Amino acid sequence: MKRLLSLLALTIATPASAETIAIVNGKVATIARAEPIENGTVLIRDGRIVSVGSNVAVPADARVVDAAGGWVTPGLFAGYSRVGIVEVDAVSGTNDIQATSAPYAAAIDIAPAVNPLTTAIAVTRIEGVTRAAVMPDAGNDIFGGQGLVMSLGDGTPITRQQAFQYIVMGEDGARLAGGSRGALFARLADAFAEAAAYARNPAGYGYGRDRGSLLKRADAAALAKVVSGEVPAVVAVNRASDIVNVLALKKTYPRLRLILAGAAEGWTVADKIAAAGVPVLASVAPNLPESFEVLAATQSNVGRLIRAGVKVAIVPIGRDLNHQVRLIPQQAGNLVAQGRIPGGVQVSHAEALAALTRNPAEIFGLGGELGTLEPGKRADVVVWSGDPIELASAPTALFIDGRATPLESRQTKLRDRYNPLKQDTLPKQYSR
Amino acid sequence: MKSLVFALASAALLSACASQQEAPKTAGSKPARDLPMIDKNPFPSTYKPYASQPTLIRGVNIYDGAGGKIIGGEVLLVDGKVAAIGQSVTAPEGVTVVDGTGKWVTPGVIDVHSHLGNYPTPSVDAHQDGNEVTGANTADVWAEHGVWPQDPGFTRALAGGITTLHILPGSANLFGGRGVSLRNVPGRTVQEMKFPGAPYTLKMACGENPKRVYGSRNQKPGSRMGNIAVDRATWAKAQEYDRKWDEYEGKVKAGNAALKDVPARDIAMDTLRGVLDGEILVQNHCYRADEMALVLDMAKEFGYKVTTFHHAVEAYKITDLLKANGTCAAMWADWWGFKMESYDGIRENLPFVHAAGGCAVTHSDDDLGIQRLNQETAKALADGNRAGLDIKPETAWTWIGINAAKALGLDKEIGSLAPGKRADVVLWNGDPLSVYAKAEKVWIDGALMFDALSRMRPVSDFELGQPGEGDPK
Repeated sequence: MKRLLSLLALTIATPASAETIAIVNGKVATIARAEPIENGTVLIRDGRIVSVGSNVAVPADARVVDAAGGWVTPGLFAGYSRVGIVEVDAVSGTNDIQATSAPYAAAIDIAPAVNPLTTAIAVTRIEGVTRAAVMPDAGNDIFGGQGLVMSLGDGTPITRQQAFQYIVMGEDGARLAGGSRGALFARLADAFAEAAAYARNPAGYGYGRDRGSLLKRADAAALAKVVSGEVPAVVAVNRASDIVNVLALKKTYPRLRLILAGAAEGWTVADKIAAAGVPVLASVAPNLPESFEVLAATQSNVGRLIRAGVKVAIVPIGRDLNHQVRLIPQQAGNLVAQGRIPGGVQVSHAEALAALTRNPAEIFGLGGELGTLEPGKRADVVVWSGDPIELASAPTALFIDGRATPLESRQTKLRDRYNPLKQDTLPKQYSR
Repeated sequence: MKSLVFALASAALLSACASQQEAPKTAGSKPARDLPMIDKNPFPSTYKPYASQPTLIRGVNIYDGAGGKIIGGEVLLVDGKVAAIGQSVTAPEGVTVVDGTGKWVTPGVIDVHSHLGNYPTPSVDAHQDGNEVTGANTADVWAEHGVWPQDPGFTRALAGGITTLHILPGSANLFGGRGVSLRNVPGRTVQEMKFPGAPYTLKMACGENPKRVYGSRNQKPGSRMGNIAVDRATWAKAQEYDRKWDEYEGKVKAGNAALKDVPARDIAMDTLRGVLDGEILVQNHCYRADEMALVLDMAKEFGYKVTTFHHAVEAYKITDLLKANGTCAAMWADWWGFKMESYDGIRENLPFVHAAGGCAVTHSDDDLGIQRLNQETAKALADGNRAGLDIKPETAWTWIGINAAKALGLDKEIGSLAPGKRADVVLWNGDPLSVYAKAEKVWIDGALMFDALSRMRPVSDFELGQPGEGDPK
């Protein structure tokens, strides 16, 4: 019952771990400050961080975790993903990403699709990702529905339900709206007008389509929260001109809270994005003209946006959203590397780490709870074998809401079963 | 200028005459040139190494691609070949010296599984030329006939240190067609990119794709049983075709062939015959362990060899079989979960195959992955060692070095830095198994083709005049 209630709540209370944990001897990247604390301690109690520093007294009753000089960071936050709502992409019954023939669009709430036992969750968290924004994809309309922020721990899965609306613009949006960008903006304007009408008088709105609206009542109710600024809109958009047009929506809808997703050509209009104060969810690696709306794609995009003053969260590339969310540290490493060739943009290690932690937490309005190692925050903490964004590194200990989480997954079980160092006399199926 | 063009045209005519004169001579009454023979190379490579200067890279750390490592060593490139490699080498006067202090040198990276050119960017419908999805057996198609040399992906791969890549048809069909190995040099035509003398390959596929694509059209195969059934029926026909042509060619050689003896020509069967004769190498898309085991038995039944399994997500379950058959496995570092046959993917696939004595190869099958095969190798190496193995970095580099060359039948020419081999060389600005390293210079056959420092990088025709033209992408 408690679980059910929390599923329904918009913001969930943390299921606190009563344990006191002291992570000692770590190179602690708090993210709140630029330089890591050498030989630092992170003290955790009741699921929250109590203190962080080089001079923290460890209580006698604390369980001590020795970081052995390794890095300690906040749990990574994947700002764009579909982890937890698909088991096998090509097995449709396990895939809740998209609703191509649903009668609803904006009203779709992805929360019931989340399965905390989906194998991808453990596979992802044991590589340091503790939170993820989960997006429904748009299937039959430019509105994909209401996404959420999820915990990848083995406790309560949903951190914030109905955390944002997902809207697809650009080529895909034009196709979904009937075949042109003009139709797309007409669709958007009409839908927002209907949503505003609903917000003015919900009781008088009826069922939506009974008065000729193209929105159903449930969709209008969901979009009303977007127009009023109650929830942000994550807008998938890539072409420079499309980005400019999306930013201009704020003139008509001043309370709109925009978050750009993709923004492959964002660097060409970085000053405008920065001036609008709009954050961006972007990947580092895509640098090819996959379509005519990403001709200017480059691995320097994220760096140039950061230098222009845009708040950026590094998110998985398109094909990695379901099963390979764990690769975001590799992208952060590549971002730093891109600054080491002529014409590349210098991005510091600290900035890259912030784009995996603090920035996504702040973008989704959870900056007070997550994203840094500071007293009072939820204790999502990762201890690493080395530099967190280096290829050879991996977590050696993991805490989500202060709970120690084993570094095991279905994959590690397969690994252990077939490890060549292990000899069996019976078939492998007897070994586990 | 006009005369030059004319002169070139005359030269072409002359060489055409010359090749006609090379038709088989016979002792019989009929002139041999009237008897049709199969031209095994009708689209010959026109690639020639670009101009190079003798180059000495000094004070550099080296992964040699064959499992060796040198700290603070030297590599000498002369006339397009590796002339010498070692702690210190003797260089001729006037050689161009590159200071490699703090940097690393490796052989040019090889990707054994790419669709650059045949699934190029922009990936619009008009560019979908990588798979002839009109029949379960399309052994008659050749990947090179769908390769667009202006794919910007080639230039990105070059910036990632790729000097040789193997373009395959897609995996919808049991017999997908011929693959082709390319030098990663920009060209106007695919012939200008073709690796001279590289063996052709045959793309085969087992598992979900063929049975889904054709089964859903109510055609054979509609099951894994059907996959093997169609394969075997096709190989049986190929054996018959091979016998007929062997017999005919024998008669021609003996001088007693007549026009009536000429067997019917079948372009698809030409390719399968090449496999049975050991000239064309089988590159078999296959995920599951049990299916790879069946394919290996089928290959024995019909007398051919599977050179490489591609994707091989469950290779770690049958490392002994792969080793015993001398079959390489070309794998991703960590892809999994996108379809049922990839469900059991683990991060230790590459190192587990290697540790069992097998031929492990890191591949991309992806236009972003091909830009960082060094990083994919580094991840797999670290995962293997975390599982208790003890694999050295220089050993892991064989997965994109000599093993990758072996998987394409090119290990005598490329894949390692050894005297006499092609001077395909990458200078990295740090340890290339670190995420922070980028390729700084790339030489192909000793010619400098990419230099991040002087911003020497090719820009495809498609990207000319587009936003971001010439950006260090």
